[in-house]
Amino acid sequence: MEQPVILKAEHITHRYEKNPIIEDICLHLNQGEIVGLLGVSGVGKTTLFHVLSGLLTPTKGRIFLAGEDITGKAGHISYMLQKDLLLPYATVLDNICMPRRMKGMKKKEARREAEALLEEFGLEGCQGKYPSQLSGGMRQRAALLRTYLFSGQVALLDEPFSALDAITKGEIHQWYLNVMENIRLSTIFITHDIDEAILLSDRIYMMSGKPGRITAELTINKPRPRGQEYMLTGEFLEYKKKILELLK
Amino acid sequence: MRKRLQNITSKGISAAVIFAFLVIWQALSGAGIIPKFMLPSPIDVGRAFFSEFPLLMEHGKATLTEAFLGLLCGVLLAFFVAVLMDWFPYVYQGLYPIIVLTQTIPTIAIAPLLVLWMGYEMAPKITLIVITTFFPITIGLLDGFRSGDPDAADLFKAMGASKWQIFRYMKLPGSLGHFFAGLRVSAAYSIVGAVISEWLGGYYGLGVYMVRVKKSYSFDKMFAVIFLISAISLLLMRLVDLLKELVMPWERVKEEK
Repeated sequence: MEQPVILKAEHITHRYEKNPIIEDICLHLNQGEIVGLLGVSGVGKTTLFHVLSGLLTPTKGRIFLAGEDITGKAGHISYMLQKDLLLPYATVLDNICMPRRMKGMKKKEARREAEALLEEFGLEGCQGKYPSQLSGGMRQRAALLRTYLFSGQVALLDEPFSALDAITKGEIHQWYLNVMENIRLSTIFITHDIDEAILLSDRIYMMSGKPGRITAELTINKPRPRGQEYMLTGEFLEYKKKILELLK
Repeated sequence: MRKRLQNITSKGISAAVIFAFLVIWQALSGAGIIPKFMLPSPIDVGRAFFSEFPLLMEHGKATLTEAFLGLLCGVLLAFFVAVLMDWFPYVYQGLYPIIVLTQTIPTIAIAPLLVLWMGYEMAPKITLIVITTFFPITIGLLDGFRSGDPDAADLFKAMGASKWQIFRYMKLPGSLGHFFAGLRVSAAYSIVGAVISEWLGGYYGLGVYMVRVKKSYSFDKMFAVIFLISAISLLLMRLVDLLKELVMPWERVKEEK
């Protein structure tokens, strides 16, 4: 059952002071799909995200959101940067409301909308706290809810779980997969953790080289959500083996 | 809990040192080792303080009014200039050297000029306070505006935020800590600035009172007014801290954690 394409990038090349960072990248994201972007550090994954989000205008290439050309235009796609970047001086609720406020929504209305989603994201009871009072996992949840409130359509997540310890990471992977079952947010996420990529993704793009290109694509056929025990199956290891070979 | 205990002990130590200092001072002066007209004893100073209390309060009110008005103007001007400098790089490049230059002019040199130009009333005093208080606040605000995480600015841009929104939701609240650090220094400066400019010409204020008691060799009253000025400065700084706690509740939360 193939879903319609929601985000499409065609032949993206970006140069920084004449040095190509990424070259001729084509990718697409289907509705409701979770796509992993896997590659070593410095291959240009974050640059690609900056381009997709509209923070950078690519030297060449076009980006389409639901058919509309959004090349170089910020404000259409949710982008969660590597750090959670919660503002220390605003409560969790006001942090989450921020994208709505940027779009000119009234404070009260934005709060009401955000409050309705707190439970879904496991953040009930945290709204009045400041980010410094939350654990790393809870901060990530808040950042993710903020990302979702920005655009319920497409989100780019740059290493969303890399700063967490292994145990918290395992928990939040399960939480994430469950939330995604309900909100169906089409997502591309960056990771350099192969296990994480297999566990969370429907499809994985692999980037390598200098300048960075997409060198391989792999579909994970196991339906989501996948429990942690999936990581112990032979099927999982087969995927892992394949990826390691493709990344060579 | 342990921290609190440490706090109490350290406060206890400094209180003990101050007390010992007062005792030695009293002994030196009371025993006549240092003549009383040169160094009055702490008890004499206390007595002078209470006998002069109504007069001190009257002059203190004048000084405080000047300090407050000067500080207020200084803060408003600093805010205006800092925002301009932050928004327009040319303004920054043009004004920064001048602002630093104003800090190299000794207060004591410029105060008599201000009196000459503006007379013996409030105006030269407020001007002097503005000159001295404006600098720490401007620099504090500028640093504060620039202290934000560039990634946070990217996040705001990705959310489609305007320059004004980035300022309103990120730069401005992010600069509050720096602002209050500057304000704390400036609050103390404002009292000193007021006293110096009163010293050099005026009808009211603690500076004027100081000149009078100095001329009459009433060293006990001189000391009394010095203590009053210190006390006012400390009180103002404490007031700034309280204001900060009120405006920045998240800072307190961080400490509790």
